[in-house]
Amino acid sequence: MPQTTRPSENSAPQSRGANVLLEVKNLSTDFVMNKGTVHAVIDVSFTVHEGEVLAIVGESGSGKSVTSLSVMGLLQPPGRVVEGEVLYRGQNLLKLSQNEMRGIRGNQISMIFQEPMTSLNPVFTVRNQLTESIRTHLSLDRKDTFDRAVEMLALVGIPSPEKRIRDYPHQMSGGMRQRVMTAMALSCDPQLLIADEPTTALDVTIQAQILALIGDLREKIGMAVLLVTHDLGVVAETADRVVVMYCGRVVEEVTAVELFERPLHPYTLGLLQSIPTMEDVDDDEPLYMIPGMVPNPLNLPKGCAFADRCEKRFDRCTRQVPDLYEAEGRKLRCFLFAPDHEEVRP
Amino acid sequence: MGEFEPLAPGPSGDLPSGSFVADQTMALGETLAPGHVPGEDETFHEKADNRWLEMWRSLVANKAAVVSLVFIVFLVFLAVFGPWITPYNPIETNMANSLKPPSPQHWFGTDQLGMDIFSRVIAGTRVSLTVGLLAVSIALTIGLILGAISGYAGGKTDTIIMRCMDIMLAIPSILLAITLMAALGKGIDKAVIAIGLVSIPEYARLVRGNILSIKENDYVSAARISGNSDFRIIFKHVLPIAMSVIIVRATLGISAAILDTAALGFLGMGVQPPQAEWGDMLGRARGFIFQAPWTLLYPGMAITLTVLTFNLLGDGLRDALDPKSRIK
Amino acid sequence: MTEPLVSLKHLSKFFSVDTNLFGRTTSVLKAVDDLSLDIYPGETFGLVGESGCGKTTVGKMLVNLYTPTAGEIWYEGQNLAKLSKKDRRHYYREIQLIFQDPYSSLNPRMTVGDIISEPIRVNKLERPDKIDDRVSYLLNAVGLSANSRNRYAHEFSGGQRQRIGIARALAMEPKLIVCDEPVSALDVSIQAQVLNLLSDLCDEFGLTYLFIAHGLNVVKHVSDRVGVMYLGRLVEVAEKRELYRNPLHPYTKALLSAIPVTNPAQRKERILLEGSVGSPIDPAPGCRFASRCYAKGDCVGCACDAEMPELVEVSPGHFVSCYLFDGE
Repeated sequence: MPQTTRPSENSAPQSRGANVLLEVKNLSTDFVMNKGTVHAVIDVSFTVHEGEVLAIVGESGSGKSVTSLSVMGLLQPPGRVVEGEVLYRGQNLLKLSQNEMRGIRGNQISMIFQEPMTSLNPVFTVRNQLTESIRTHLSLDRKDTFDRAVEMLALVGIPSPEKRIRDYPHQMSGGMRQRVMTAMALSCDPQLLIADEPTTALDVTIQAQILALIGDLREKIGMAVLLVTHDLGVVAETADRVVVMYCGRVVEEVTAVELFERPLHPYTLGLLQSIPTMEDVDDDEPLYMIPGMVPNPLNLPKGCAFADRCEKRFDRCTRQVPDLYEAEGRKLRCFLFAPDHEEVRP
Repeated sequence: MGEFEPLAPGPSGDLPSGSFVADQTMALGETLAPGHVPGEDETFHEKADNRWLEMWRSLVANKAAVVSLVFIVFLVFLAVFGPWITPYNPIETNMANSLKPPSPQHWFGTDQLGMDIFSRVIAGTRVSLTVGLLAVSIALTIGLILGAISGYAGGKTDTIIMRCMDIMLAIPSILLAITLMAALGKGIDKAVIAIGLVSIPEYARLVRGNILSIKENDYVSAARISGNSDFRIIFKHVLPIAMSVIIVRATLGISAAILDTAALGFLGMGVQPPQAEWGDMLGRARGFIFQAPWTLLYPGMAITLTVLTFNLLGDGLRDALDPKSRIK
Repeated sequence: MTEPLVSLKHLSKFFSVDTNLFGRTTSVLKAVDDLSLDIYPGETFGLVGESGCGKTTVGKMLVNLYTPTAGEIWYEGQNLAKLSKKDRRHYYREIQLIFQDPYSSLNPRMTVGDIISEPIRVNKLERPDKIDDRVSYLLNAVGLSANSRNRYAHEFSGGQRQRIGIARALAMEPKLIVCDEPVSALDVSIQAQVLNLLSDLCDEFGLTYLFIAHGLNVVKHVSDRVGVMYLGRLVEVAEKRELYRNPLHPYTKALLSAIPVTNPAQRKERILLEGSVGSPIDPAPGCRFASRCYAKGDCVGCACDAEMPELVEVSPGHFVSCYLFDGE
């Protein structure tokens, strides 16, 4: 009998009154370059509750990765946070010193990056890197540290962990390295896991394993996840709530179920329609394409950034940037949903 | 079953895909296309290929590089117009005037044969620069061809060529140069050949390394599929990209060649007396260090300054080419 | 019965990953192992598999970037290996490749016009004065404006670069195009554009495609028939609808099951495979999938471990390589 997963229960924790773990308020990040200033993240706000999975979805240039790096304080020049607060359990992470941040990173907040080969040091064994992480945060003695490291590797599904722990990163496959990095990120029982495209470089079958693992851990230790991805399939499988970003701004914030059942923002709508899905094997219609292209981030248009690709645009859209309105049980950055909008809603 | 090919290394891209820097750079290449059909492009503000322009801009931003460029222009001027501006004939001896300290008539003083050191230093510029450039040209040309063949062909050819290069590199270059000179005989032209030959391995290895990494790129494969001959691929697709690194190394190589020239001259194996050459001048000054330190000082300074200049220029070029330094 | 355009007969490609002191191979990477496949004119054959399955290697052998270790490639009824070099080159011109990575498949130093016209120029397919027209035609055919020809690749976005790559592939008027994961590196919304473009071009120019991808969801839209590869072997081949509705091989089933569904309300039970894909280096005899196969049962020393099952036609057009379906 094949090993199978059970579909996870779809209960949004905040509806059970869970606490707010991470609160990002009005975050703005700029990149100052020779050619000009890129406003990579503009006035972004969201919250992550204990035990929930929040997905930030967007394509290249949306600012989603920069957002996660800003939250973790890992932004390199020429990137700079110019405004906003990142409150972790009430503490503003942006105001902490490097030392204080180090105490939180890996311990309370952990991060998985997209390219496991570039995040794992090729010169040290897995054991070395894993135990370093554990020793720094949990202050266990040598034997306990080693045991915990092996335990973590077993948890992420690496066969014969006590043997594989001696390997160097290049001796492992991509999927294994990703799992090692996941093990490292989870070794200190973090409260919040920030996963930046954790499965993009992986085979579909390995992706299934990693997602299942994250789901497991969520249930076991009540870990919250901030998942940054462009893959809507992954979002559908794992997320409770979704934040959709376009050109640095949040354009829609909604529960995952609602997003797929009833996408409302024109960008989200277009995105969902253009994905080749596994349903309708008989459908030979050409795929829907969102017309036009993502604007040059050095030269964002006045008004709504999506306006010139939007089929539903009207005059106001090119003149003003819409606010994030609360409508239809979610937040939408679109004049169609502004309280003073006269026209009939779709 | 016969022998199989070894597995080739993967391609090397400039930026890791998926990194946020790649995202930003990628996004920067995209256009503003209001209401247009997908794929239609717009007028671009970027000039077609301003790689060299950007490099130039980075270079002139580096003060040390600018100073060295100016100095090199000055040196070239001296080398070209030397014979016309020397106050005295550099090879004219005047025993009555020997070992005179610096004075208004002889700015750098005179050596043991009464020859004006100032004029000789100026004359020496031509020799050093010529040898430096010629030797590097020889080394670069031959090294480039060998490295290109080696890197592109791979297999046994690569092994044979590289082992030869390794053997050459195992021997200190000066010793090798001296040995070659012993075989070739004395004279400045032989010195050029000797120094040139000795410097080949460095360029061969550099070019080979570059080719190995570039060769795995998809556009090289595409060129092969398009039916290009190997020769065309090397010279049209692969080498131009490696050129910038090669130029940097060549600039630094000029300073090394000048030093080698001076060393050979010091040992009496370069120019023939009474021709002026800095190393040779140093060699002759050995016996007079305490009596007449100026005979040592000025040629020595000339060598030092020239080598320093080319090194600074080479460093400046390298920094200018480093993409990381492009983003402010 | 139409004749296949391309016939791969027992194709294998092995690489040497470790040699002993004497240069004898001690470790072999079997990238493709005894693969046989027919592609009919006008069809799009989707070849799917995860990393290390050898699908890209198959594509590269088709365009002569790799020489097969064993087996034959037949094109239009001719065994390519038996032809003269000149004839072979002629036929290989008709098979082109579109690369996966739009950022490394275009030479950064060449203008778009040069990139597209190079195959035409190198093979002298057009009079020099007519080349510009042809380039304009090709650019328009892929949805780019004709004045893109003077720009450089870095000025375009990923999707546009991929279009340039497609235009280059079309330049030689091929009959067969190998599309090597052409949309994997692109954003979701751009994937749709490029996939649609490929479909349109297929109809417009009467092309045949070998469409290589790592996920069954991507090929679903463009393919007529689909083949699934695992560690160098073809494990299942069927007409598209048949494969998706009635997958037979345990690996195909797992692959289909692993694809995330874009509807949280339909989160389904998934088949999870143990461990990772395994290594194509020095593979054990027997079915390559045996070590991860959940349908194998507890039998030890059964046929699965002894010998690789043959590709058997279980129903018209539906082939499987699995002892569960052997002859039954």
